[in-house]
Amino acid sequence: MAVGKASQLGIDKADVRRARTLARQVGKPIVDLAQRHTTVSVERATLRLAGLGGADPDGTPWVNRLADVVRADVGLEHGVTLPVWDALVRGEGDDLLALAQKAAAGSVTFRVPEGRDATRARAASRKAVAAGIKRIDRQRVARERMIAKVGDAPSKPWIYLIVATGDIHEDIPQAQAAAREGADVIAVIRSTGQSLLDFVPEGATREGFAGTYATQENFRLMRAALDETSRELGRYVRLTNYASGLCMPEIATLAGLERLDMMLNDSMYGILFRDINPIRTFVDQRFSRQIHARAGIIINTGEDNYLTTADAVEAAHTVTTSQLLNEYFAKEAGLEDWQLGLGHAFEIDPEVPDSFRLELAHAMLARELFPDAPLKWMPPTRHMTGDIFKGYLLDGFFNLVGAMTGQGILLVGMMTEAVVTPWISDRDLALQNVRYVMNAAGNLHEDFHPSPDGFIARRAREVLGEAVDLLQEIKDDTDAAGDPPLLAAIADGTFGLMKRPADKGKGLDGVARKAGDYYNPATEILEGS
Amino acid sequence: MTLIRPYGDTTGDGMVQLSFTLPIEHSKVAEGAAVQLANKMGMDPALVVHAKPMGEGFTFFVVYGRVNHLVDPSTVEVVERDYPLLTPKEANAAIKRSLRRRLTVVGACIGTDAHTVGIDAILNIKGFAGEKGLEYYRELKVVNLGAQVSVPQLVEAAREERADAVLVSQVVTQRDAHLLNTREMSAAFREAYPAATRPLLVVGGPRFDETMAEELGVDRVFSRGTTPGEVASFIVHRLTQEKAS
Repeated sequence: MAVGKASQLGIDKADVRRARTLARQVGKPIVDLAQRHTTVSVERATLRLAGLGGADPDGTPWVNRLADVVRADVGLEHGVTLPVWDALVRGEGDDLLALAQKAAAGSVTFRVPEGRDATRARAASRKAVAAGIKRIDRQRVARERMIAKVGDAPSKPWIYLIVATGDIHEDIPQAQAAAREGADVIAVIRSTGQSLLDFVPEGATREGFAGTYATQENFRLMRAALDETSRELGRYVRLTNYASGLCMPEIATLAGLERLDMMLNDSMYGILFRDINPIRTFVDQRFSRQIHARAGIIINTGEDNYLTTADAVEAAHTVTTSQLLNEYFAKEAGLEDWQLGLGHAFEIDPEVPDSFRLELAHAMLARELFPDAPLKWMPPTRHMTGDIFKGYLLDGFFNLVGAMTGQGILLVGMMTEAVVTPWISDRDLALQNVRYVMNAAGNLHEDFHPSPDGFIARRAREVLGEAVDLLQEIKDDTDAAGDPPLLAAIADGTFGLMKRPADKGKGLDGVARKAGDYYNPATEILEGS
Repeated sequence: MTLIRPYGDTTGDGMVQLSFTLPIEHSKVAEGAAVQLANKMGMDPALVVHAKPMGEGFTFFVVYGRVNHLVDPSTVEVVERDYPLLTPKEANAAIKRSLRRRLTVVGACIGTDAHTVGIDAILNIKGFAGEKGLEYYRELKVVNLGAQVSVPQLVEAAREERADAVLVSQVVTQRDAHLLNTREMSAAFREAYPAATRPLLVVGGPRFDETMAEELGVDRVFSRGTTPGEVASFIVHRLTQEKAS
């Protein structure tokens, strides 16, 4: 909470401090754990930073081919950097691509270099990876320059619209049209299931399920198209994609290289909703967030998911808890407040009495707890029944909460949610709804002060209290293996009904405990050492 | 059976509303084109009550009008519920009486579908539409495998748990993924089990057509708005009846 600013909700600053302290106590052992491990995707992201791209004729990326061979020869625990650059220094390949091709053909044997060989490999790798990070730095500068030149989104909240055709060449005109209609942020929904692929597909793609594959080329094409539209409209149109999943570090890297502006990146989403191994997720999210921090990318966290699988009133405090954990992990990874698009959603059953007041209480709580974060406000989905008329009204109330609580990013709700992928008219009507509400009530927060003992303030304090209790419960959790409390809590189903043990889940075989001589120049540079 | 027509505010007025977009700039011609479309759809007279440009080269219309069509409910084909609705208590009693053990239900979202909303609404104790989910039924053992379960994993889990019924939810329908996945699933179960011991296969999701059960190779298809009680009643009815016959 901002220092010196009185709480509108009568929240005691000591409670907020306590919540943050607990989040840190719960999060710190996880960070330690993440620092002790590496994953195949962290290693592949490092190779991507050093400039290795492309795929073999079967579509398997060269980073996967190379990392797999290195791993088979010397294991993952030393990282791929030393063995790879040792081979390059030894003249096994002119460059990374040639080396990857040779490795795939089985004509290179990797070793873990020692002594002067290791020193040489370290120096060479650091130079190569630094070049990639420099490219990310240049993209960040390019974004800042472009915003200075063409102008930024005219007002908050930024209007966030989705395209999802599955074909990048269909997505582009749709995205440009959406931007012309008023979108400040375009999100390209990923193909269903990409989060469970242990590689990043390559090239421009024209086939996807309920979305378009996140690939470097698709990123590049869409960003170039939106640059053109930004110049035409005189305002910078931001581009969003999804990092979460088995390839978080790599997708984050590609996003930085291709100047995406926001990325969906939640610290626990992969564990809870995709059954990805918890350790894999925490290691991957930390590296990916370090990249996002460097790239000036705003992350969007996934708290809305808690409310689509559990009751939005009963589970309100799980959103707050997750926001506090996401904030801790994000800041630890170097992200700043302005980069924290912490998520929350309008998902209370409209039949519940006072549902609007409850929504307002929850949204105001998030606003007070994170005053400098551009919160991401997600529209109703669960209670959109196909009655488009009722849905349109519900979206109007959702927009009203957004206007009253100064949301940073507003995902535009569609009255045809759960009916069809949005039609051109659905999008236009949805934007009219947003504009009407913002125009009519955008400054209502100046006049609206909930009574300190009223329903809204009491409810907000209640939810914060429950979140503190939950954090305390997590902190005190234990398991037989002596895992960090958060892992124990995730394993015994503290978050929803989903039990996710630390030794289960997808992608576990891609995790290794670092050996003493582990080296990764990307981590070294990103952590500023 | 009486013939009926749409009702606006007077019996027999045949009034309907319609909205659509035409790929044409807004103009008098565009409005005329909207009327022409409505006429061709059987609305006569048709009144364009709203026309608004949308994006470049598109116009959105709301049209009210009268249709002359008659509908005959007696010729409509639907899948009527062919099992009695049971309360959880009655369902538990029926299972106890006829199976003398708990009935095991394995549920999952298969393929790449990550939307567990449907399966959770039916299985989680929380339930849906005021009805408790299957986990609430004392005589049902529920194993919810969650999302993105592969068909071989599902078959394996069904064997391991000795499932009496397998529930599959499919929300994503792009490129008919829900139909393809369901066919793959039912084929796998047919291959893995002799016909006599195969678990009851039930599939559900908002975009399924309830008449397609046979075509998809499953025992029942549930569509939008299905409640946990309906699913439980169906399963109990089929499995306890089977035992009795």
